[in-house]
Amino acid sequence: MKNVDFQTKVIEMKGITKKFGDFVANDSIDLTVHKGEIHALLGENGAGKTTLMNVLYGLYLPTEGNISINGERIEIKNPNIAIEKGIGMVHQHFMLIDKFTVVENIILGMETTIKKGSFDTKCIDIESATREVEELSKKYGLHVDSNAKIHDISVGMQQRVEILKALYRGADILILDEPTAVLTPQEVEELIQIMGSLTEQGKTIIIITHKLKEIKQAADYCTIIRRGKRIDTVKVNDVTEEDLAEMMVGRQVSFAVDKKEMNRGEVVLDIDNIVVKDNRKLNAVKGLSLQLHKGEILGIAGVDGNGQSEFLEGLTGLRPIESGKIILNGENIANTTPRNIMEKGMCNIPEDRQKRGLILDFSIAENMILENYDKEPFSKSGRLNHENIEEHAKKLIEKFDVRPRNEKQAAGSLSGGNQQKVIISREITNDPDVLIAAQPTRGLDVGAIEFVHKYLVEQRDNEKAVLLVSFELDEILNLSDRIAVIYNGKIVDILDRKDADEKKLGYLMAGGGVDDEKKQA
Amino acid sequence: MMKRNRLKFTIISILVGLLVGAFILLAVGFNPLEAYTIMIRGIFGKPKYISWTIIRSTPLILTGISVAFAFRTGLFNIGAEGQFIIGALVATLVGYFWNLPPVIHAIVAILMACLAAAIWAGLAGFLKAKFGVNEVITTIMLNWIALYLSNAIVFWDKFKRPNSEASQKILETASIRLPKGINFLGDFFRAPVNWGFIIAILVAILIRHILKNTTLGYQLRAVGFNSDAAEYGGIDVKKNIVISMAIAGALSGLAGAVHVLGVTEEVSVLAAMEGNGFDGIAVSLIAANSSIGCIFAGLLFGGLKYGGYKIQPAMGAPSEIISIVIGIIVFFISMPKLIEMLTTLRARRKRGGEIESK
Repeated sequence: MKNVDFQTKVIEMKGITKKFGDFVANDSIDLTVHKGEIHALLGENGAGKTTLMNVLYGLYLPTEGNISINGERIEIKNPNIAIEKGIGMVHQHFMLIDKFTVVENIILGMETTIKKGSFDTKCIDIESATREVEELSKKYGLHVDSNAKIHDISVGMQQRVEILKALYRGADILILDEPTAVLTPQEVEELIQIMGSLTEQGKTIIIITHKLKEIKQAADYCTIIRRGKRIDTVKVNDVTEEDLAEMMVGRQVSFAVDKKEMNRGEVVLDIDNIVVKDNRKLNAVKGLSLQLHKGEILGIAGVDGNGQSEFLEGLTGLRPIESGKIILNGENIANTTPRNIMEKGMCNIPEDRQKRGLILDFSIAENMILENYDKEPFSKSGRLNHENIEEHAKKLIEKFDVRPRNEKQAAGSLSGGNQQKVIISREITNDPDVLIAAQPTRGLDVGAIEFVHKYLVEQRDNEKAVLLVSFELDEILNLSDRIAVIYNGKIVDILDRKDADEKKLGYLMAGGGVDDEKKQA
Repeated sequence: MMKRNRLKFTIISILVGLLVGAFILLAVGFNPLEAYTIMIRGIFGKPKYISWTIIRSTPLILTGISVAFAFRTGLFNIGAEGQFIIGALVATLVGYFWNLPPVIHAIVAILMACLAAAIWAGLAGFLKAKFGVNEVITTIMLNWIALYLSNAIVFWDKFKRPNSEASQKILETASIRLPKGINFLGDFFRAPVNWGFIIAILVAILIRHILKNTTLGYQLRAVGFNSDAAEYGGIDVKKNIVISMAIAGALSGLAGAVHVLGVTEEVSVLAAMEGNGFDGIAVSLIAANSSIGCIFAGLLFGGLKYGGYKIQPAMGAPSEIISIVIGIIVFFISMPKLIEMLTTLRARRKRGGEIESK
């Protein structure tokens, strides 16, 4: 192993218990992290990983237990104390100001000023701040474009800005909350390298994750948490991914997807040469054609930003189609309302579940009728029938194992996996001929992924069509019967599953099939 | 549990407000205890005072519900003032020019006032839905247009009452006052007691019912909480914005109508806005956007105003000081909620962060 200093315990959390009312989020958890190690916290959504880290960062006070940093026992009452002790946290949802530049974001709250100009006006010393940031970024291999505005840079770079922000504040211990949830595979590789170079220079990293592959690749030690309890702390090299998965969910997990032989039927969705513009009024989808048959899962593979979002929004009626046709069950649905498209038999598991999929302030029950609130039995002549709505929700909660089992709970208080279950249960109950699943497992843990995949395959086996859009190549390869590759707003090739492999798809995704200049670049 | 905390919080805020108000009175040399005693006596001293408090509160309750309703559906209706003016104007016009049998005349006047104010506010909703113009800006501007439109029409010679700065009085048939000469509860009915308060309570219950139990309410709340998800779910977001503004406008218009038909019986030329709509914003804040809560918040606010202004003649304290004291009390009550609401609105607009492991 690298230069882990086993003599120095930088973090020692002992018997941490955190209760929210009656709910025990953390139940007497111990955690020891040594200097220079990458320590993974593994657990399902809602297991209590983030709560534990919020306790360490001073966002929550523990109900019981104590914390020592560098051997000194302290009470972390607020994040300022944590920052002072060299702890930095990068949240899953970035805390950056879109309209500020990278440097402005990094120095925010710690700006140094100089007097400038003929009136000696106090100004922020951007030049020396930029220099400092660039030095830091060089030192740790965190490449950023210091003068670019946040809304112009990629998600991966935004994350590096967050890490730099923590380092700029003198962090020696970095907590990364689900750092790879929003990254493309290439960006994940880069992040793992960065974590390596950070620990080489004496930093300590804790990553919260449920992605086993990344733990195997990056972490030295792994502490597994299940339902608020610490299950074990293991040396990553001594265990397999299967071992980790089993400890995490408490049962054996199958990674392979069980599929029947495909029973491919007639064309149900025929997309013919559609063009869709993005928010900047530029063509993002440039004449995309695709046919979807009954009884198949068609995967769309591609790197983020090649028109997938615009394509999906156009398809579901949320964005105008400039030209082209979308024939669903023999009828052109292009540029009709989302309601009409749904009623004609196409439903959608949206890409962004918190933005599009759910109304977070609504209860689970209210969310489950989002598309059917005006139909019987949920309402009659404009009047909601709360009894039927709750009954319906209870049934779905039971069937799809949504936790907690309380239909009155606000959707916003559920973990990501359970939020996704609410959406999937709603969409599948509509019994659509075509189900669009966009990033259906983004940010979900193994147990929840298994669940989602099971239902997608079930749809297909019931001779419905599924259109799967995902940045996770593994997911595409595991589920799809055919794989279409999207590049620069067009489908560049469609392969049968048996002809496709990671290498071939990767080549096409990078534009290899289109022009060779792009490939070399 | 949450609700009880809220109530406790509100009561503490009122007390803190009174306390700080007391310091101000003390600082300018008035005995706060005496002032507050006068105020409380001014509200509860005689049955007539109680009925006046209720009469004064009624329009505030309704404009409060108007603002609260819009807020629940994700809109900030600063235009309650202008919608109130339009409602009052149209109610007076219908009440004076049309000849209809009693009761029916009043009902028609009320409905016309609501309709006019609904269109007035619906215009702001339309501009937001169609062109994305922020409703805060349009409703503020519409307030001024309403004010001067009302003044212009009052000056119309067929409508203006000669030798006065006001319109003609409404016909007897359009009045919603209780008949005179009821000698019950002392002098309770000496004041212009009218059906307005009962109407306000019924409307509060109706609005609660709409939001909670109807598909319309479901749509409106869905659009208010997360318009992206509502759109995805097949709800016509633009239509709902217009409907929501129109309903909010109708409520403020109703406030104007009951004020005219029950109390003033005329509209005057206004040099400045009277504040019935703006006070509605404060009422809605105090009530935490609950329509039922607006009844109590409106009574509290109306009481403070009605009782508070009795301090001036009794003690010689300048009325500005009384306004400051009332302002402080409202400030303390609404402050935490204002902050809470603005943060949730922002979070809604920016889409809430994930709350894991709860």
